[in-house]
Amino acid sequence: MPAVSKGDGMRGLAVFISDIRNCKSKEAEIKRINKELANIRSKFKGDKALDGYSKKKYVCKLLFIFLLGHDIDFGHMEAVNLLSSNKYTEKQIGYLFISVLVNSNSELIRLINNAIKNDLSSRNPTFMCLALHCIANVGSREMAEAFAGEIPRILVAGDTMDSVKQSAALCLLRLYKTSPDLVLMGEWTSRVVHLLNDQHMGVVTAAISLITCLSQKNPDEFKTCVSLAVSRLSRIVSSASTDLQDYTYYFVPAPWLSCKLLRLLQCYPPPEDGAVKGRLVECLETILNKAQEPPKSKKVQHSNAKNAILFEAIALIIHYDSEPNLLVRACNQLGQFLQHRETNLRYLALESMCTLASSEFSHEAVKTHIETVINALKTERDVSVRQRAADLLYAMCDRSNAKQIVAEMLSYLETADYSIREEMVLKVAILAEKYAVDYSWYVDTILNLIRIAGDYVSEEVWYRVIQIVINRDDVQGYAAKTVFEALQAPACHENMVKVGGYILGEFGNLIAGDPRSSPLVQFNLLHSKFHLCSVPTRALLLSAYIKFINLFPETKSTIQEVLRCDSQIRNSDVELQQRAVEYLKLSSIASTDVLATVLEEMPPFPERESSILAKLKKKKGPGAVSAGELEEGKREGGEVNGWEVNQQKSEPSQENASSLTTSPSPTPTAMHLSLTSFFFPSSLSQSTPSPSADLLGLRSAAPVSAAPVSAGSLLVDVFSEAGPAASTAGVNDDGFLRFVCKNNGVLFENQLLQIGIKSEYRQNLGRMYLFYGNKTSVQFVSFSTTLKPVDPLVEGGAQVQQVINIECLSDFSDAPLLNIKFRYGGALQNLSLKLPVTINKFFQPTEMSSHDFFQRWKQLSQPQQEAQKIFKANHPMDTEVLKAKLLGLGTALLDNVDPNPENFVCAGVIQTKAQQIGCLLRLEPNAQAQMYRLTLRSSKDTVAKRLCELLSEQF
Amino acid sequence: MQFMLLFSRQGKLRLQKWYVPLSDKEKKKITRELVQTVLARKPKMCSFLEWRDLKIVYKRYASLYFCCAIEDQDNELITLEIIHRYVELLDKYFGSVCELDIIFNFEKAYFILDEFLLGGEAQETSKKNVLKAIEQADLLQEVSHHEACIAPSGNAFLTQHSSFLIHEPTLNSHILITRNMCS
Repeated sequence: MPAVSKGDGMRGLAVFISDIRNCKSKEAEIKRINKELANIRSKFKGDKALDGYSKKKYVCKLLFIFLLGHDIDFGHMEAVNLLSSNKYTEKQIGYLFISVLVNSNSELIRLINNAIKNDLSSRNPTFMCLALHCIANVGSREMAEAFAGEIPRILVAGDTMDSVKQSAALCLLRLYKTSPDLVLMGEWTSRVVHLLNDQHMGVVTAAISLITCLSQKNPDEFKTCVSLAVSRLSRIVSSASTDLQDYTYYFVPAPWLSCKLLRLLQCYPPPEDGAVKGRLVECLETILNKAQEPPKSKKVQHSNAKNAILFEAIALIIHYDSEPNLLVRACNQLGQFLQHRETNLRYLALESMCTLASSEFSHEAVKTHIETVINALKTERDVSVRQRAADLLYAMCDRSNAKQIVAEMLSYLETADYSIREEMVLKVAILAEKYAVDYSWYVDTILNLIRIAGDYVSEEVWYRVIQIVINRDDVQGYAAKTVFEALQAPACHENMVKVGGYILGEFGNLIAGDPRSSPLVQFNLLHSKFHLCSVPTRALLLSAYIKFINLFPETKSTIQEVLRCDSQIRNSDVELQQRAVEYLKLSSIASTDVLATVLEEMPPFPERESSILAKLKKKKGPGAVSAGELEEGKREGGEVNGWEVNQQKSEPSQENASSLTTSPSPTPTAMHLSLTSFFFPSSLSQSTPSPSADLLGLRSAAPVSAAPVSAGSLLVDVFSEAGPAASTAGVNDDGFLRFVCKNNGVLFENQLLQIGIKSEYRQNLGRMYLFYGNKTSVQFVSFSTTLKPVDPLVEGGAQVQQVINIECLSDFSDAPLLNIKFRYGGALQNLSLKLPVTINKFFQPTEMSSHDFFQRWKQLSQPQQEAQKIFKANHPMDTEVLKAKLLGLGTALLDNVDPNPENFVCAGVIQTKAQQIGCLLRLEPNAQAQMYRLTLRSSKDTVAKRLCELLSEQF
Repeated sequence: MQFMLLFSRQGKLRLQKWYVPLSDKEKKKITRELVQTVLARKPKMCSFLEWRDLKIVYKRYASLYFCCAIEDQDNELITLEIIHRYVELLDKYFGSVCELDIIFNFEKAYFILDEFLLGGEAQETSKKNVLKAIEQADLLQEVSHHEACIAPSGNAFLTQHSSFLIHEPTLNSHILITRNMCS
């Protein structure tokens, strides 16, 4: 029976709505709305006092207009008036209007809060519920301030009606989510936990959401909920399908409550009490057993509700990760779902299995489903399901099945949806690298990848293959041969040309013995692709050519011929032209010795985490490199001149190139002065518009130890030197902040001077090595620093070193200043820098258990002991990078402490001569908002504050 | 749950409920984007999709799409049944609910939702209890002297284009007047 016949119909509203619906065009609709708005406005402004009914009707019309997507800028006052009406429907409409059109007008908020207060104290449950709904819907800070104290009282009062309790619980949850600081724990907390025992299932259902949220933030305080939740769950699971009456949903007893109970238990580790644990395991087994029973109804609601509980139970089993038997059973159950006719179940099973694959107990069990998953990847019709299948294959991959999985993924790539290709490419690249036993398979795989999906092969992928080939001499010959063969294809992808150019340029000699791939054949093959390539690739090829001249002197004349032709030497692209000119000159002037040194084989790259992995973690996020590398790259080349900084900012992927190639330092202690900047002052290092310019290692291969002065002077003679820029002054804060989480690196660099730092700390002591490198070819005179005396003459290209000892006496905020003065070409240079000595350098990491951590956390609960900051992410939010930074901070990174695995917690003790200062840290990333919340607690307030300031600049 | 949207096959928003604070502009943007994404999906596809950092759970009932955004750790299947229970509640209250009931009695749709879900969490899952609460509220309302006797019901505006969300229309259904819809 339609409720509307009950007599509250507002005819005027219904007529208005049907008028709107009858409008034939948007314009007609707007006209009708404006007419109505004018009418309502005049009624509200009119002399005649409106009765409650009319007010309600007009407010309702305004609401309807707003919900159609139009702006409403009046009527709020009338809605507020309705709140204090004693007629229920009028009050109800008033509240609805307020809930939907929140207005932060302070005058109104006060009135609204007043009305709410009246209703809350009315002792009329219906009115109280209305008021609570309104607070829950608006959830503003003002409301939290007004009611966060009152609602807990209503919630636990003995005489509160059940329906009011339910609303109060969820209302409090909303306030806690928006303003956690205003909802204070107290005597009510323990009573809230006991709502889990409440007779009324609805009260339990509502209260448990609140308890779950509160437990996540204060696990210790709510610990008792575990055993209560287990016994409640056990009663539900073992009840017959009719026991719970209206809380049974399609023959499934209390599915929502069961899911929420299982979810609450996931906030805690497995119960320590054997009896409780036994009971819980029994519940989980029963849930798994029920999945095998024939369905009690054919309705999809029945199976959905039942499986919702099952998936939540599996999530709990995975969370505990300690019951091999349950894990394997869960895996088998999911295995059955993989072939279920319901797409939804297949999707969820694939998703859930992904997490199972990472457990040591169930990894093998997951692997048995490989054929089904491969089949899903091939045959699922919904791309989101295929995506899950690809994720699962990636997760279940290990050494034993890598070849099969990689082969399947490669063949899937040929037809894969465009939306997931890039991610697939990254996954294949990572698996191939991670599980490569023989590197020829790895090289084959990556070249296949480029062949099949070249457009989706990002720079990281092909950089990485080059890194690996350079670092492993057992695969270099094979790589050269394979890439040579791949280049034979009439149409090969540009990325293939890049890899080919690079590898043949380095290792072409390894296959040159075979007449079919003689030097000239190699060169002709590469050059046949030249005209079809983009500028960066051509630039790379030119570098490959000069490398060829060194590798194969017999190709010299041919290549010089090519370089000399107008299309190169007069190329309209300045980069290409410059390279052609310089390489031509270099090849004709430099002696073979010099050529051999300048163009020698690339030194091995330092081993580091694959940048591809970092990229995959961010999937389609912006900025293709990990934050650390990004930072490195920006600094390395960034200060050479402003133009390059802009370059790199606009094309983030290029930074990878420079960080990739400039990293290797000739000796462990020496700073890697970027020698190119005075070898080629006007060309490569400064005007490099493409990442490939440096890929051939002209920068880093420049031999520091092998007579740099003679080589330098020769080249400086060949290429005229660019004039130095004016002096730089001012405190360099940027450089300083980069050292909060690391100890070594370049503190400062301009065209004249590079300052590198290496430092080590133990207890409250530290030692810092400073390296001052003269980047010019002219000596610096009167060189002095404020730290300690130093040789006043710094020769061109030379480096002086200073060692300072540091002792931390007590905690501090300001860093020591370093002043540097010298004369360069008669001009006085004055430089002021902050020494990167920060309080965190004196951290001793402290490992502790979750229990200890929270105990200490609670001990440090005075407001001044805590510093908190919420800030926007400055770098891509990559877990590995975050971890590395937090470790670099000097604290211990504690696993399995925070119930939310996305969060990081750390602990450490700062050692000063005067005292030891304990610090706890919690970092909560919010990937969606790209924000962090950083909380520090320390026994000393200044320390928490300072650390918070320092750290908030790091992420 | 972060929000719930009801929209028609034509992409018209019929009900929106937000459980997180967002500006009107953001709400409009999200709505536009999601309506487009969901409407583009084919019938047999899975009811869940990843969208930004959220999981979207949606289901179509006759001409209406019900679409919920939940967080990463939330349960997709139980959310699907939240949608169903809400549809059942509407159906029971309006008696064979159809899209037009929700258009003409949008305030009722909101009231029922508030009794069922509060702050994005299930408050009361018993159908009987929710309806009892709504009926009690209805009892409190006084018959308006102005136009009660001629107040049309939402169903009065039913047309042959509009179909019931759950049941197929039956012969004895109370379709009184038909009127052209312009959606």
